[in-house]
Amino acid sequence: MQSLGIDALFKGRNFLRLLEGLWVSVRISLIAVLISIVLGVVMGMLMTSKSRILKAVFRIYLEIVRIMPQMVLLFVVYFGTTRVFGWNLTSEAAAIIVFSFWGTAEMGDLVRGALISIPRIQYESARALGMKEGTLFRYVILPQTIRRMIPLSINLITRMIKTTSLVMMIGMVEVLKVGQQIIEANRKASPNAAFGVFGMVFFLYFLICWPISRLAAGLEKRWA
Amino acid sequence: MTIETALLKIEHLHKVFGDHVVLKDLSLTVHKGEVIVVIGPSGCGKSTLLRCINGLEDFQEGRILLDGEPVRKESRNISVMRQKIGMVFQSYDLFPHKTVLDNITLAPRKVQKRPKDETEKEAMELLERVGLKDRKDDYPRQLSGGQKQRVAIVRALCMHPEILLLDEITAALDPEMVREVLEVVISLAEAGRTMIIVTHEMAFARAVADRIIFLEHGGIVEESRDPKKFFEKPATERAQEFLKSFEYEKDR
Repeated sequence: MQSLGIDALFKGRNFLRLLEGLWVSVRISLIAVLISIVLGVVMGMLMTSKSRILKAVFRIYLEIVRIMPQMVLLFVVYFGTTRVFGWNLTSEAAAIIVFSFWGTAEMGDLVRGALISIPRIQYESARALGMKEGTLFRYVILPQTIRRMIPLSINLITRMIKTTSLVMMIGMVEVLKVGQQIIEANRKASPNAAFGVFGMVFFLYFLICWPISRLAAGLEKRWA
Repeated sequence: MTIETALLKIEHLHKVFGDHVVLKDLSLTVHKGEVIVVIGPSGCGKSTLLRCINGLEDFQEGRILLDGEPVRKESRNISVMRQKIGMVFQSYDLFPHKTVLDNITLAPRKVQKRPKDETEKEAMELLERVGLKDRKDDYPRQLSGGQKQRVAIVRALCMHPEILLLDEITAALDPEMVREVLEVVISLAEAGRTMIIVTHEMAFARAVADRIIFLEHGGIVEESRDPKKFFEKPATERAQEFLKSFEYEKDR
């Protein structure tokens, strides 16, 4: 049987480097997710407002994000805007901007959907009990919105983690890029390294995303 | 009743939705301890009337006074007034993310700032009275429709309202669950609770009412302090026709 190319993984600091690369991916997605949650909640609430202009603006924003491949967005921000506006942007900053831009739009839509899915009777029965708007939102509407949102937003988070593999296209050394480098460096000594290394990269993504997606399934069941 | 005190006064209430007149110059006085049953064809304004009394719906003319104080959707003290006016809706109004006990104690604690142990004690007593003491930790989804409505009644009672509005509370229930809910309402009537009830259950209306109000096109067509007589021999033709619609005949 052919070698599985696992040996290249454990040469020198290789495995540690892979983990460092993984941390880069996780860091970018974590920061972007946090920004997306905060801005997304604000956007979702604004999207349920009565203003037609606000609604139209958010609609267009959301469509742009959905239609445009993330890689194109990365290129526009990292190569395009830095030239045109003459600012200095590290690739990490560009990545976080693009991922937050994407995440905010999708999260906003999730918040909007969760908010409008709460029946009117919930507002009315809370008001009938003498609750003022603040109490009503805090104890009745918000908890229900969050319950409806968490499973869906976790789905978005895992998608964002996976998509960080694109940031190597703007020169970031994340887990996939490290993997490529290890394979390149061991071309002679371990020609089958591609299998072992990419296999390990797959496993590392799995290790990060699987618990998150289990958590979502668990919460969905508990709160159904 | 010998001494009657007016608890709720509705004076010349007028409400329109666009061109459609929903309530037309409607006046009604409800005394303490009185049970009023409002009946009438769908779209006659029954539910809208209850919603106006609770300030969930605004109106154009007239006024509603509870204990001499005005009730109006846009007024600043509406949430204070609503605490005195309990309301139970047709369905799905329990908070799905809270247990039965938390559903009941949420408003007393957060709105009236009453202590947790006191409200829980009262909630448990009330739950026992409607036969749901052992369901206190259940979530609404684990309850049947009839059980949910009994909890909703308890939730409204726990706020110590002066008047209770019941808006077709059995309309969404399976027939076999109607009785368990209506029996609770009858026991409340016996205990002297002031209530305005909108219902399509005519046998229940007859049993529970001190006064029957027959509403059509937003106005009171017939009013009777003798429910038995009203159901046997309504004075107006419209009420006769309406009551007839509940009867069935085989024409062969």
